[in-house]
Amino acid sequence: MATTETKPVMRALYDDDDVLLDAVKSVRSKGYYVQEVFCPFPVHGLDKAMGLKPSNIAIAAFFYGALGLATAILMTWYMMIEDWPQNIGGKPSFTWWMNMPAFVPVMFELTVFFAAHLMVWTYFAINGLYPGRKAMNDDPRVTDDKFLMEVEYDGDHETLSNLLKETGAIEISQSESKSYDHEIENA
Amino acid sequence: MFEFTSKEKLFSMVLMAVGIIALVIGFTSAPSSVEDIAHHADGHAYVGDMQFTEGLGGGDGHAEHMLHQMQNRPWAALFHNAFFFLAIGLGALFFLAIQYVANVGWSVVLNRIMEAMGLWLVFPAIVIILVMIAGGMHMHHLWHWMEPGIMDKGSDNYDAIIAGKQAYLNFGFFVFRSLVYVAGWVWAIKLIRKNSLLEDNAADLSIYKKQIRIGAIFTVFFAVTSSMAAWDWIMSIDTHWFSTLFGWYTFAGIFVSALASMALITVYLKSKGYLEEVNENHLHDLGKFTFAFSIFWTYLWFSQYMLIWYSNIPEEVTYYMQRFDEYKAATITAIVLNFLVPFLLILPRESKRNMGLVAMAAIIVLVGHWIDSFVMIMPGTVGPHFGLGWAEVGGFFFFLGFAIYVIFTNLSKAPLIQKNHPVLQESKYFHQ
Repeated sequence: MATTETKPVMRALYDDDDVLLDAVKSVRSKGYYVQEVFCPFPVHGLDKAMGLKPSNIAIAAFFYGALGLATAILMTWYMMIEDWPQNIGGKPSFTWWMNMPAFVPVMFELTVFFAAHLMVWTYFAINGLYPGRKAMNDDPRVTDDKFLMEVEYDGDHETLSNLLKETGAIEISQSESKSYDHEIENA
Repeated sequence: MFEFTSKEKLFSMVLMAVGIIALVIGFTSAPSSVEDIAHHADGHAYVGDMQFTEGLGGGDGHAEHMLHQMQNRPWAALFHNAFFFLAIGLGALFFLAIQYVANVGWSVVLNRIMEAMGLWLVFPAIVIILVMIAGGMHMHHLWHWMEPGIMDKGSDNYDAIIAGKQAYLNFGFFVFRSLVYVAGWVWAIKLIRKNSLLEDNAADLSIYKKQIRIGAIFTVFFAVTSSMAAWDWIMSIDTHWFSTLFGWYTFAGIFVSALASMALITVYLKSKGYLEEVNENHLHDLGKFTFAFSIFWTYLWFSQYMLIWYSNIPEEVTYYMQRFDEYKAATITAIVLNFLVPFLLILPRESKRNMGLVAMAAIIVLVGHWIDSFVMIMPGTVGPHFGLGWAEVGGFFFFLGFAIYVIFTNLSKAPLIQKNHPVLQESKYFHQ
């Protein structure tokens, strides 16, 4: 995931989430590519405004849940029926099916457990969030009450900085591009 | 303003007429004496019934017991359908009340639909009370404890366990309680509707605050009465059996039926070009509610089942033995339609935002809960003599036509969206 291109990036700082949301929309409508936005909290509708692809994690979650269900069935069958038939409360221990209602709580819990845990690990893996990872945000103020938008541009520095000022940015600066492993749809 | 077209009116009238005719056929074709049974019953059912009643008395008892069950059948069908359609109105009223209590924003554009549905509940409630009174006059014995002599020591019919419940299960108190429940529900919906219409011309928040208070009072009242109605009307059919979870289980069925109907009516109105303000975001929430409460119903169904299955106490487990014996197909179908189908169909976000899929899921859930209430009511009233005959189908058509008529008439009486609701704007701009 190393960077290959270095386009110049302009960074605009905002102090209000609504202003930021409008800014993202107007910058993108002018054909610019919003590379990344840093926020202290999730901003409702920002993903749509940035044109981010919907996450596929829901589909993964379904299969993780199915895997958990299968694991629970296999586990209860092997432990309670096959390897050492357990007679608890006189319940039939000859077949898994006849004893199935007793295993439903296990099946339910493992479905939830697999879906939830594997979703979290998948999220970490996809975003490269491993222990010791260096923070990606350039400006520590975005962890408090400020919002930072990073916009790629080709050469014309004046037009973009004027546009950003119009959108209500309280501070504008430039830097070399960094690459992130997020997939962002170009407008 | 919604217009109840003559075509829709005709459709509902035809449904009602067909339903009434079928119901009359169902009632007149029930056997009136033991001799009559020979003409009605096939040999298989007769043998099955003899085995069923063998331990209970013998002699002529089994033929008479069978006669009573067959006479119960049209009444049971009428009661089952009345209860199922009452659920749709009652659940909608409860949903409306919590919208006010919790200051909910997203659902305001749907409030008028809930009001129209809630106003419907008085009609099936009247039918249920009439069925009760008919039971008191011994025209049927849907409720086993109403049988004559069952509480009298020395009578052939005497049942010590049931006699011990006489203080609660006696006809006068039974009807009185039911009247209280129904009166409370009707009071709440009439008042909420009245205030909602007044609010359209109001200038301040006083009516909205009043609605919150009514909603809060009703929510508490409903918490108690929905459980008690479930015990009285349905659980007392199987008089010997009891389950502490039964009220919640019945409530889950009531609520999810109402939510599914609400989604269905919303989709219908949208398809006719009404409710411009309602978009896929509102549908998404209705879909989520239908989905969530289908899972909730399954959870309660299973919680009740598993404890009884595991402890295997004779007086409890007979309830499920009957349901997994003669009623096995209906029981399994209800679980598949009420759990598996909605789970797989409207689990993905995109399908909850698709009108066709939400409507399909709603219809499947409604069919599932019709079958579920069938399995709740029939085993204790008609035993093995159940079926999908004139009375069952007729009762369904009659109440379906009746409900469409009343709900659509109510919808056409007021603008489909409230005017001065304080969080109306939030509902219009609702998105997710």
